[in-house]
Amino acid sequence: MRVTSLAPSVATGGFDESRRTAPHVTIRGLSKHYPDAVIYDRFDLDIPRGKLISVFGPNGCGKSTLINMIAGLVPADAGEVLFDGRPLSRVKFGYVFQNYREALFPWLPAFDNIAYPLKVMGMPKAEREQRVERLVAHLGVKIDLALYPYHLSGGQQQLVSIMRALVVEPEILFLDEPFSALDYEMTLFMRDQLQRVFMETRTTTVLVSHDLEEAVYLSDHVLLLSRHPARVVEFVPYDAPRPRTDKTLSEPDFVATKAHCLKLFQREVRRG
Amino acid sequence: MKTSNALLPLVGVAILLAVWGLTTALKLVDPVLLPSPLATFRTLWEGMLSGKLGADFLKTVMRTISSTAIAAVIAIPLGILLGSSEKLYRSVEFLIDFFRSTPASAMFPLFLVLFGVGDRTKISVAAFGAALVILFNVAYGVMNARKTRLLAAKVMGASRTRVLFDVMLLESLPQTFVGLRNGVSLALVIIVVAEMFIGSTDGLGQRVFEAQQLFDMPGMYAAIFAAGALGYTLNLLFLLIERRFVHWAGR
Repeated sequence: MRVTSLAPSVATGGFDESRRTAPHVTIRGLSKHYPDAVIYDRFDLDIPRGKLISVFGPNGCGKSTLINMIAGLVPADAGEVLFDGRPLSRVKFGYVFQNYREALFPWLPAFDNIAYPLKVMGMPKAEREQRVERLVAHLGVKIDLALYPYHLSGGQQQLVSIMRALVVEPEILFLDEPFSALDYEMTLFMRDQLQRVFMETRTTTVLVSHDLEEAVYLSDHVLLLSRHPARVVEFVPYDAPRPRTDKTLSEPDFVATKAHCLKLFQREVRRG
Repeated sequence: MKTSNALLPLVGVAILLAVWGLTTALKLVDPVLLPSPLATFRTLWEGMLSGKLGADFLKTVMRTISSTAIAAVIAIPLGILLGSSEKLYRSVEFLIDFFRSTPASAMFPLFLVLFGVGDRTKISVAAFGAALVILFNVAYGVMNARKTRLLAAKVMGASRTRVLFDVMLLESLPQTFVGLRNGVSLALVIIVVAEMFIGSTDGLGQRVFEAQQLFDMPGMYAAIFAAGALGYTLNLLFLLIERRFVHWAGR
């Protein structure tokens, strides 16, 4: 329990939440092995509060496994993940799957899909509807939410998934390669939707990406992982102001950050 | 263009009627063995409206529906139970597959001993056959529920019971309807055979059999067509219910 000392205490009177600098999530000694490979071996990481972190690394290094362990979808063999010192069971979080087609409920209209987690929480119907409508207005989403998911485009379905994750007002949001099943045009559009969501909510966000451009473009930090057993190769900061646009992609610090990440990535790939 | 496409299924029917009509008109086949389409459909029409055929038709409908209903009431909850635990299903899989492969008609003597000569035997054999088909489909529907969807519900904090009712049940519905459609078709087959051979005094099977014994060929063809129409309608009915309630199937 060496982490307890690191866990910040609950905010006291007069403390400005937005200026808290203590990490939001502390990961200590996380270990995971599959029959044929050790994926994580005593892995440590701090996830900063209110930032968007992209996880990037070689294929099969366990990018998704990392967020799945943090979000409790996959049990870890050992180690501890604490959110402001609390276990996952006491934390409201959102999770967006890569496969939106299989993650949404096709028997519910988009609106009810978004409201579903509130229903699980036992919130009355009127309040649920109010919450969803508030979120829709807040994000400026222009989708006919009376439609069933199979009548929406892929991007719209994933946007519905993201809203379903956000409706509980999570303190942390996980996205597992959310745009990789979309075509390029839709990917670009969805990146900007996610950027807007992040700017509006400032929710701590962990994004697994297999696209380096996307990873850098969206994030405050790129978490570069090594081949398994995964270590942090570097926690690369990128602090271009938001909203970032097409122009950002050709600015020197974007190009330099991306080149730096690519160099580290290729070194990792060759090492394998 | 669209209306002409909608009429396509009628082409086959028209060809069949034309060939049949021509065959009887040219007396290519003994008219006693093959009556004309007109004579057959007149017998069908009159039999359904006023004769015994209508009563037999209703009898068979009642038996088929009740056996399917009994099968569904037993097999759906059992299928959900078995499907929700793969280990449980694997342990009874052989039994289900074995009895599913056993021709239900081979069970008639056994059910006759158990239930005597009467409706109870016919309905219970048909229910037995249909139940296994439904059970197998429901269990597979539950077992093949998309893992991502179950995980998504779990991640949102849904309890096991909630996942079962909100996700697994709905996930298995398309497959359940496949089971119901196959089940009702099988039930009809079993009922008609039972009506032919186990001391029946009514029903479409008995009607076909009796017409053959009396060499009443128009009556026999009429009863066959009535049975065909019944089978087709039942299937269509389940398909329409499915489209209405499982609108997401295959999308």
